[in-house]
Formats: sequence, C-alpha cells, structure tokens
Amino acid sequence: MSALLRHRLFWPGVVLAGLLLLNVLMTRNFLAIEIKDGHLYGSLVDIARFGAPLILVALGMTLVIATGGIDLSVGSVVAIAGALACLRIGDLNDQNSVGGVLAAVGISLGLAVLLGGWNGFLVAGAGIQPIIATLILMVAGRGLAQLISDGQIITINSGPYKLIGGGYWLTLPFGIIVVLVVLALTAFLTRRLALGLLIEAVGGNAEASRLSGIRARGLLVTVYAFCGLCAGIAGLMISSNVSSADGNNAGLWIELDAILAVVIGGTSLAGGRFSLGGTVLGALIIQTLTTTIYSIGVPPETTLLFKALVVTVVCLLQSPAFRAKVFHRRRRPSASSTASEGKVKVPA
Amino acid sequence: MSAPAPILRMSGIGKQFPGVQALDGVDFRLLPGEIHALIGENGAGKSTLIKVLTGVHDIDAGEIELAGRKVVFASPLAAQQAGISTVYQEINLCANLPVAENIFIGREPRRLGRIHWKEMRRRAAELLTRLEIDIDVSAPLSSYSLAVQQMVAIARAVDIDARVLILDEPTSSLDAGEVAQLFRVMRRLRDEGIAILFVSHFLDQLYEISDRMTILRNGRLVGEYLTAELPQVELVAKMIGRELADLERLEGRPYAGEGKSAPLLEARGLGRAGMIEPFTLGIGEGEVVGLAGLLGSGRTEIARLLFGADHAGQGSVWIDGEQVGLRSPRAAVRHRIAFCPENRRAEGLIPGLTVRENLILALQAARGWTRPIPRSKQEELVEKYITALNIRPADPDQVIKNLSGGNQQKVMLARWLILQPRLLILDEPTRGIDVGAKAEIQRLVTELSDGGMAVLFISAELEEVLRLSHRVGVLRDRRLIAELDNDDDLTTGDLMETIASGAAS
Repeated sequence: MSALLRHRLFWPGVVLAGLLLLNVLMTRNFLAIEIKDGHLYGSLVDIARFGAPLILVALGMTLVIATGGIDLSVGSVVAIAGALACLRIGDLNDQNSVGGVLAAVGISLGLAVLLGGWNGFLVAGAGIQPIIATLILMVAGRGLAQLISDGQIITINSGPYKLIGGGYWLTLPFGIIVVLVVLALTAFLTRRLALGLLIEAVGGNAEASRLSGIRARGLLVTVYAFCGLCAGIAGLMISSNVSSADGNNAGLWIELDAILAVVIGGTSLAGGRFSLGGTVLGALIIQTLTTTIYSIGVPPETTLLFKALVVTVVCLLQSPAFRAKVFHRRRRPSASSTASEGKVKVPA
Repeated sequence: MSAPAPILRMSGIGKQFPGVQALDGVDFRLLPGEIHALIGENGAGKSTLIKVLTGVHDIDAGEIELAGRKVVFASPLAAQQAGISTVYQEINLCANLPVAENIFIGREPRRLGRIHWKEMRRRAAELLTRLEIDIDVSAPLSSYSLAVQQMVAIARAVDIDARVLILDEPTSSLDAGEVAQLFRVMRRLRDEGIAILFVSHFLDQLYEISDRMTILRNGRLVGEYLTAELPQVELVAKMIGRELADLERLEGRPYAGEGKSAPLLEARGLGRAGMIEPFTLGIGEGEVVGLAGLLGSGRTEIARLLFGADHAGQGSVWIDGEQVGLRSPRAAVRHRIAFCPENRRAEGLIPGLTVRENLILALQAARGWTRPIPRSKQEELVEKYITALNIRPADPDQVIKNLSGGNQQKVMLARWLILQPRLLILDEPTRGIDVGAKAEIQRLVTELSDGGMAVLFISAELEEVLRLSHRVGVLRDRRLIAELDNDDDLTTGDLMETIASGAAS
C-alpha cells in the first residue's frame, strides 16, 4: 500500500479517477462503449480522441522540459502545419488523391521538424534561453501561419486527409492509433535506447554532462525537432478534424495545456527525470476536465476558473511539502519517509 | 615608524554558519594610509570577515570599532555610509551607462530639482584625473577595459568619502599592465590617507603592493606581519599551516617506467590567455605527475586544457607522438583521457539520477544514444565497480545525491574507470571526503599507475602530492615554474620553497 502511495503517478491517477467518477454520477451511460458500424463510440473514446493532439504536443514537451528547457512555440507550429497541409491539398486537382495528401502531410511535417530544429539551434547553438528562443517562433509562427493561409480560413474537402483527425481504422479512431504509435516510438527511443538517460543527464546537470563527453548540442537540436514534429502531427489532426485551417486560432494556448500536462505528470520544470506515462495521464486529466465542464454544465463564463481550481488541487497534491503539511498528522511514522522523499538532502 | 591609531579595529570576531565556525575569535586592524593584505587559503574565512565588516552578515561575537567608536552595521548601506566602501571582484556597476553616471548614480548633483549633467561630468572628470585616469566620462562604461571599469568603481567608492576601501580580488581578471595601473591608483589613495584592505591569491602582487599582512587559517587568526619582515616561504607555511621545521620527509615513489623517452601525452607550449601561461608537460604510461601550487595558481586550468574542457589559445597536445586536437571533452574521451573535476557537485554529479546511471554515463555517452548498454551488462559493470571501489550503500538504484561525498567521488572515479582511460586527470579527488575514503582513493591511484595508467594528480595537500607522484609540477601565479623529480630528497618544504620563491631550488 505504501509503495502504491509513494508511486509518483498515484496522485494524478486519483484525480483522473475522481473526475471520471464525477462524470459517471452526472452523465448517464458515461462508461458505456459500443460499436456502431464497426466504429468504437462512447464518452471515454471521445476523451481519448479529442485529447490526442494534446497528448502528442505534451509528449514532445516532456522531452524538451526534461532537458531543462521549454517550448512555447508548439501552438504556432500546430497552426503552421495545419495551414500548410490544407493549402497544399486545396491546390490539388483531386483533393481525394492519396498521393497528393501524403505529399502535403510530408511537407508540413518536414517544416514542423525544421521549425523545431530552429528552436534547438537557437537554444543549443546560440545559447539563447529556451523561453525566449521559442517565444520568437510563438509570436512569429502565428504570422507565418497567416501568411501561408493568406489570412483566410482554408477549407478543404479531402477524404484521405479527414482520416487523420476524424477517421477510423480497425474500429479505433485514427488519432488514437497515431498517439499510440508515437508514444511507443518515444518510449522505445528514450527507454530502450539510451536517449532518455542522456536527456535526463543534460537536464540534470548540463556542465557535468558535457564533461562526461555527451554532445549536448546535437541532443538538444534533436529533442526540439522532435517536439516540433509532435506539434506538427497534432496540427494535422486538429485541422483534419474540422477540414479547415485557421492560422489564428488553431492550437491557441495549447502550449500552456501541454506544459501543465507535463507538470501534472510529475516531470520537474527544472529538468532531469521525466515520465512519459505521467504526461499521458496529465493530458488525459486536462481533456477529461474539459469534457466534464461541458457535461456537468458549468456556465461558460466560469469554465476557466473551474479549470484553474482543479489544476491547483492537482498541483497541491503533487507537492511533497504540501502533502507533508496536510496529511502528516494522520500518518504513521513509517509513512513519513514518503513526505521527505521530495526534499533535497544536502550532505555536508 | 610610529604607528598612527587604527581607523578600524575588529576584536574577537566570531561567526557561525550551520555546521561551520567560519570565524573564531579573529582580531584585525587597519591603519590609515596603509595597504593591508588579507591572506588565507579557500575557506580560511577571508570573505566572511569582509562580509562581516561590510554589514552583509552580522557577527555572533566580538566588536568592531571605526575611528575609535563602536559600530554595528545592519546592512551594506550602513557600512558604506560609515565610510567603508567595497569593490568586489565582479564589478557591480551598470556597464551600459556612461562613466560619469556610474560614479554619481543615486547621488547626482542637482540644480532646481533637475540633474545637473554638466556639473556631473565635470566632477567625474576631476575625480578621475586625481586618480590619474584619463578617459572620456561621457562614454559608456562598457567601452573600457575591465581594469578601467574597476578603477571607476574605486573612484565611485572613494568619492563617497571612504575612509576604508576594501578590494576583494580586484586583480583576478586583469593582465600585468592593468594590474600596474591599478596599483598606481592604490598607492595614490594610500598616500592620501585611505586605509586599503586588499585580497588576492597572487603572492607576487601581495608583496609588491601591501605594507602589512594578516593571515587567516580555518577561521582563526594566524598573525599580523609587516610584509617586509615576512619571507615568502614563511608566508606559505603559515597559510598552509605547517612550520618548516615540522615537515617530515615522506616516501617518494621512484618511477619505474621508461622515463622521458616517449611520453604518452605531451603538451607543448599549451596555454590560454588569462588562464594559464604556456606550459610544456609530458606524462608517461604508468606515471603519476602531481601538480602543486596555491589556489588559483593554474592547477585546474592545466587539467581543463588537457581534457578539452576549455579551448587552448595556443600550443599543441601530442599523444603517442602524434598531434591531436582536443576541442571538446568528447574528443579527449576518444583519445582515452578522463577527467574528474574539482567541483564534484557542479561539474560531476547528475544529482537526480541513480548510482547506476551516473556510473555508466561516460560509457553511454561514448557509445552514443543509439547503442544502449544492455541492462545485464550495466548491472555487471556497476556491480563490479561498486565492489572494487567499496561504494556504500552498495545499491545501484540509490539516487546519488543521497550518498556521502566520498562515495560520490568513488562513483565519479568509477564512471571513468569503466572506460579504461590511458590518462586519468584527478582534480582534488580527496577534498571534502572522510579519511577512510581518502586513503582508499590514494591506494587506488597507486594501483592504477602500477597497472600502466598515466595519472595527473592535483591536490592542495602537498603531502598527498608527494606521496603519490613520481614527478611534481609546481605552479605559481598561473605559470608552471618547475618540474621536480620525486626522488628521496624532495620534501614538502622544497615544494613550498619553490612555490614561494618562484624558482626551482
């Protein structure tokens, strides 16, 4: 039991379960999942499906934050990727041609990787603080997206493109499959291969990593480029789901939700240790929260306030210092080591 | 010379930090019109004394008298208003503002409530002329060299009616010409009757400029001396805490290898401006070369250049008779050079990772992230080195920040030993660790060199250097001044004398 309590995903798990329970009480058949026309339907499926872009962006953000950085530009990259893909598809003679759509997807993902790599170059090569380096693209990227879409909302009508964000494959929503693939790939690269160790080392102590022979520069560029790729895929999903690209509003503020998801998942903003599972959990909490707000009928003008309250509770529960203060009296002494876990021990 | 009454007298000063008695019953005095050097190794209490004097810290015991009146400074501002001005190593002026504004910031001359710019510039120019500094006071401070910026800081301090001027390592980033310029200003101020407290690690400078010295060691006063009456070698002995007569002979270790025929690594004229003068140094297989010198003498700088941690401005490195480029630590690791840095916490440990992860980090970095070390291999390696180096607790999954300093140091060593380096550079590997771990690390160095590894061993403890090294390079004021064979006759006294006199005896 105490091992479970001490697990770093315990409290986010409790919050997610609590939110789901609230929905079960408020909404009839919340947990029901059914297959209609060979497609999976249900509220839980919707949460996963609508949460897919956020999970993707948050995955990339997790690695960036683990290096001790941050990427504010993901929202702009979402908009750019969507706008470029829709522009290319809109120019096709046959919007349903699979080859043409694949080319458009490839080009916009390539651009997303390039933009991420640019962030990485600014951070690692030019030594600009990550928050400033990515702020540049956050602001300029919206303009770039506007430029690509010529200030208009580009609307397209393409079957193959619609699949990415709104389609189904093997009874599952295609977006969920994409998330699972990217998640598996990330887990493989970081945990099976040694990328994770090196990222955590650079985030934990950059100078010590350099003196251990780690090529931090290349690593940072890779990580930021990966973050750009994740944001690009998310951008395609978002624009595909509505069959249009809105340079102004697509992915607006998604960077904040993504950072929040990472933090809720237990990855420290100071860099170092990261948890992919925690990030997915964090993103699901945020998405569930959004769903809950609609389903229990919180008045629209107070949704942000409601969201802020829940997030505050999660963050407080995550804080070892807060837990020690509030729960300590009721715990037996044997459990007190849990509370001191997060404190930095400084040997003399 | 009849001594005038001291302008400043500190008596019985005590200051305690959690777990450390930083100052213990220290007496100190400053006479007007003298330059007084405050001397001691790192951790001796120099900076604490200065911070107490300038009101940064309050004192636990003792009292401070300024011009015969007892004073208590609650803040740096209070100390400044009482006439004690400090110029720190890092200049805290606004580099983007003109020189004149820097001098008068916060107390600008005014006329009818508005700043009187012309008057400000005139007075600034006048002040600097008095100090024999001829610069344009309306140019931004950043357009001048560090030395000039330092002197502007001094001018500002002096103009606020300073009776006591504290200069905390003002020369550490200046070149020889700039130091001379600074000293000229200091002498001028001294002749005007200002009492100057001067801190520096450079012995030559202390002897050139100071009239009197106060030596601290481990938070205690060693003594106050007239510079002219204290030979350099005695000064070094007092700083380190050994009287020459007490020094015992330690066993030297004759070098069994081939000698100077073909060194494994040779640095030829390697140097970097502001860090270390060009030096030539060779290390053979199985040889332990010690580096001795005071703090700031360039020991660490040599290590960092040989590891590619800093770029060498000039000179070359040869390995096995071939010139190699050490542009980065990564390049050095490829040539099988390993480096355990002095500052374990800042440059060695990844605090949040486990013992296992810290241990395999250098090997994994060398292999690149696409070629992970299989888990079973990792466990085998970690197990082997935990046993070999007696790392405790013997738990590979313990987070390393929870280990004691000595065990952390062993993990750092193990990180490099896994790579089986040909040259191992150890910068103060035994500092701040307990006696048991220290002996184990010393024994390890001997074993490694017997096994053919070349070791560059840096330590502030001369005994340790002498016990382990076959040859000792002596550094002083960022220059490698001597290389002494550690034969039977070499003593720590000889090393000290070399450090103090600046020439091989």
